[in-house]
Amino acid sequence: MERVVKLSRFTQRILWWELFIPTVLLVLGVYHGLLQTLYRAGIIQSTSFLGLEYYQGLTLHGVINAVVYTTFFAVAFGNALFIYYLEKEPKPLWNGLSFGLMTLGTILAAIPMLSGDASVLYTFYPPLKAHPAFYIGAALLIVGSWVAFFNWIPLYLEWHRENPDKKIPLAILGIMATFIIWLVATAAVAVEVLFMLIPWSLGWINTINIPLSRTLFWFFGHPLVYFWLLPVYIMYYVMLPKLSGGKLFSDNAARLVFLLFIVFSIPVGVHHQFTEPGLSKDTKLLHSLFTFFVAVPSLITAFTVAASLEHGAWSRGARGLFSWMFKQPYWDKDKYLFPYLVMGLVIFIFGGFTGIVNASYNMNLVVHNTSWISGHFHLTVAGPVILGMLGMALYMMEHISGRRCPWRWGAMVFPYLWTIGLAFLSTGLMIGGLHGEPRRTNLGITYLNPQSDLYRPDWETWTTITAIGGVILFIAALVYFIAFFGTLIWTKAGDEVLYFPTSEPLHEERKVAWLNQLAPWIMVLIFLIVVAYTPAIVEVLENTYANAPGYTPANPLPQLPNP
Amino acid sequence: MERTERYIIAGSLVALAVLFAAVLYASQVKGIEVPDCITGVEPYKEGSLQKISDNHYQWFVVARMWNFEPAEITIPAGATVDIYLVSKDVVHGFQILGTNVNLMAVPGAIAYQRHVFNKKGTYDVLCHEYCGVGHQQMHTKIIVQ
Repeated sequence: MERVVKLSRFTQRILWWELFIPTVLLVLGVYHGLLQTLYRAGIIQSTSFLGLEYYQGLTLHGVINAVVYTTFFAVAFGNALFIYYLEKEPKPLWNGLSFGLMTLGTILAAIPMLSGDASVLYTFYPPLKAHPAFYIGAALLIVGSWVAFFNWIPLYLEWHRENPDKKIPLAILGIMATFIIWLVATAAVAVEVLFMLIPWSLGWINTINIPLSRTLFWFFGHPLVYFWLLPVYIMYYVMLPKLSGGKLFSDNAARLVFLLFIVFSIPVGVHHQFTEPGLSKDTKLLHSLFTFFVAVPSLITAFTVAASLEHGAWSRGARGLFSWMFKQPYWDKDKYLFPYLVMGLVIFIFGGFTGIVNASYNMNLVVHNTSWISGHFHLTVAGPVILGMLGMALYMMEHISGRRCPWRWGAMVFPYLWTIGLAFLSTGLMIGGLHGEPRRTNLGITYLNPQSDLYRPDWETWTTITAIGGVILFIAALVYFIAFFGTLIWTKAGDEVLYFPTSEPLHEERKVAWLNQLAPWIMVLIFLIVVAYTPAIVEVLENTYANAPGYTPANPLPQLPNP
Repeated sequence: MERTERYIIAGSLVALAVLFAAVLYASQVKGIEVPDCITGVEPYKEGSLQKISDNHYQWFVVARMWNFEPAEITIPAGATVDIYLVSKDVVHGFQILGTNVNLMAVPGAIAYQRHVFNKKGTYDVLCHEYCGVGHQQMHTKIIVQ
């Protein structure tokens, strides 16, 4: 019998709500994903549909799917990992405060988004200005996630004191790496939001430095993707080999991967700013080079995880070079988590390679801000990230509620349907992008409208393929929602516990000190941030000749509260 | 870590080095460069096209909600155009389809890119950054004769 951990009533309720709230919101987020593809294909030729405007829906799609869902999930998953692997329960008071702040922040930000007063997309680039509640809500959501992390640090230190000779469990090292990256990255966006955007949107200051705000945003914006990805990497290393019936090929390689992410995920943000003024070519090239380094841990992962899967298949009798790929529990309803993770890995091969294209300095000129970027982005955050999170959310929900998913077949088939939909969606977006199709644009009104002077018949094929992908993804999501919400109302079948499938390492490797400490890696990170961001910040401050007032999306005249 | 794993780490580093060398080759030898920051040019408020010589132009573009100024320019084939770009209001994008010209118009700073228009025809320029409710109609043309 595998080890299970009992939950206190309070912690069980917190975990339940931390998984329930974002999944309810995801229904709205996914609906707007479908609508985007229909507008873009010219199937809807209007500024709005059923009372919600295109850019308002796009804002909701990004904020809910990429920020709210992922943050709630990462906090719930982190809480669960500490309880399961260290058998230490996070302090209920702080845990409750963290949950309360995140929920309050989400509600505060949702109100202006739903009323149409924050249609600034989830990157909220100034000088487009949203209602102050949008920025304040976002800040509270982030602070809530910090409180969760601060609640874990004493548990981590306490465990180290109690077990000076043991290796820290891999899952704990992984989640600590995730939230160290998150804390450092969000510090920059907190500066942008607290000292620039909130006072500006409240009318306390008239103008702000736009290139500076963008540089601070992307200091946060790129490591954000590793905040999404690393929880799923924990699943790949800790859980996937076990589900495949194998062992983790190398525990030390897995530790190295998480530690390398701490070092390299942050000093790379300017690769989102290659085409903009204010930053020099040298700074851009430096960030491009650092971005290449951040590919290294992912390449190691591809090898180590594949080797672990191969080991699983070999232990079940697979022989030869390729048969291990087929001898896996693809269609085992009781191991439905397997396809979520393995399909995510397959998708990430394409997500990773397209990412290297984007990071490649001058090659970025071909794809910057075209729908190619949206295609790449969906192969990462809507691929491995969301599949891993959705699968794990259902898996955790089954255990903490003591209920069995009534439609395990649906839960198992969903990741395959999703992968098919995503293949259509991203193919259409990426090829369309190479033909010049812009991202974040209501194409149905002009470029995909035969009545418009701007009509582009050459984009039609690609936007149609994208819409087919959107429809398949939406149907897939319905299957998932039935499985997830069905579980919540099903009859209770067991205790409310926590359980994670956990792989053993293939070889008992000796403990390597520098692979079990965070401090030296954090020092290297700080050094690289200084190297990468000192020139960037100096340049945007020197090269900006004027600050900018705010604008609302429908009005070309500035909003000056104190003229 | 096994030996195979050390090989794969070394192999990854070599592969990335080759890719980055290709980037450097394109930049240093072929001259395909990302925009640099421009500090020597006075900020301007009005858009204009200025002829320096028969095949050299300066195009001062102002992006604003929701058009480019000057709208539609005509230049001879083979002309070298220095493109300057500022924004009058929010952030805009500027991509000349079929070329490597891809710029952001960010309020408070001047973007710059040089391009030689060798092929005759009409080039579409579109705004590729969300800039408010009229974003999808923000567009202009370059006619190369």
